[in-house]
Amino acid sequence: MNLLDKLDAAAAARKALLPNGVGAFGIPIEEVYSATEARIGDRRVLLLGTNNYLGLTFAPECLEAAHEALDEEGTGTTGSRMANGSYFGHRALEKEFAEFYKCDYGMVFTTGYQANLGTISGLAGRGDTVLIDGDSHASIYDGCILSGADIIRFKHNDMADMEKRLRRLGERTQTTLIIAEGIYSMLGDQAPLAEIVELKNKYDCTLLLDEAHSLGVLGETGQGLVEKTGLLKEVDFITGTFSKSLCSIGGYCVSNHPQLDQLRYISHPYIFTASPSPATIASARAALELLRNGTELRKQLWKNAMQLYKHLEETGYKLGPEPGPVIAAIVDSPQQALALWQGLLEHNIYVNLILPPAAPEGKSLVRCSINAAHTTEQMDYVGRAFAKLKPQIFG
Amino acid sequence: MTASDYDETMQLLCDRLGSLVSSDTPITPESNLIGQLAIDSIKLLNLIMEIEDTFDISVPINALADVQTVRDLVDLIHKIKSA
Repeated sequence: MNLLDKLDAAAAARKALLPNGVGAFGIPIEEVYSATEARIGDRRVLLLGTNNYLGLTFAPECLEAAHEALDEEGTGTTGSRMANGSYFGHRALEKEFAEFYKCDYGMVFTTGYQANLGTISGLAGRGDTVLIDGDSHASIYDGCILSGADIIRFKHNDMADMEKRLRRLGERTQTTLIIAEGIYSMLGDQAPLAEIVELKNKYDCTLLLDEAHSLGVLGETGQGLVEKTGLLKEVDFITGTFSKSLCSIGGYCVSNHPQLDQLRYISHPYIFTASPSPATIASARAALELLRNGTELRKQLWKNAMQLYKHLEETGYKLGPEPGPVIAAIVDSPQQALALWQGLLEHNIYVNLILPPAAPEGKSLVRCSINAAHTTEQMDYVGRAFAKLKPQIFG
Repeated sequence: MTASDYDETMQLLCDRLGSLVSSDTPITPESNLIGQLAIDSIKLLNLIMEIEDTFDISVPINALADVQTVRDLVDLIHKIKSA
């Protein structure tokens, strides 16, 4: 088998899962009408697969800030911050994130993926250990691989399993970075942060929490799981993304450790990439302000999430362990998941299809992400569509 | 780890792999985990967690970069147990 044959094998596997040219992955979206509606093919669809939790993609404040930045600073920075300089917006957003989390230091990355890649690979190195949840996002796995540290997994959200693995590490726990997520992207459940912090302190480790899916969603001001649990000061490093609740592109890390600043000089995913464009930074800054004051948006988001979760639970779908803005219907076979995904699209509802091995435990997922801009009627319509499809697909 | 321990580990691993692949798939020390036994990345990572618990050892998943066959995996376990 030569280099390219391996890609042919991957293409054949994909074709076997998705027959008849079904484009479930990277589906073409022809027009976007609002935070909740778009056109796919000839259909005007309801968007439930966008991670647009606060529904701010068309917020006038964000649009205006982005337009202004475009006019004043141009379309791109055309280089890295290290080599080509840090714009006012980059520096301002770092200060605003640090202040938002009441931390001393903040760093902005070009994407959320790079925030994890750059932070993890900057903190851990050869001879160190990273202890990660089995359901971690690919950016965490990739950051760990890039770091060269020994990577040990524990069973998803299983604290007894985590402690067993910590115990085995012996004195190496002092050079161990534990990584968890505020809300896990596939099943939508939250990390048991209080227990993780207890173990982190007991074994003298360092803790990084990725708030990518929980920023804007959890806590009074939307800081994420750290705020909901009151454990902000116990977490050493917090990472997250601009591409979900902030409706832009980019990532961040905040910390009270002054060493965070050193990552600017050693972290390749920070150094060797173009810095975020002025417009993306400007819209992220405007969105962060809305997010901090977004109590009503969060209330509506959770109302919508609870409504749909309850509806699907009553209909008999097997769901992720707790309600939240990510609601995943867990399906036994890829064929059933594909049929459900297609059926929903025929009802003009776009959701995410997750097939093995991307889904946990060898299952398949039909994953909905809920939005503060969705209406009660829309949630009801989605619930009824799921209910109608259930007997057709699952008998 | 003695030769007998090594054989025992090989047998234990082959038995466990037997429950992950179809019954007509032969498992030998030279079987390629991905190419011949179709053990996907998640199955392999979960298998590593089981191995860690069975032998009370830590097996870093980045060490799997050099593992292709059943024998490679047994060698890795052997090396970690002997360290």
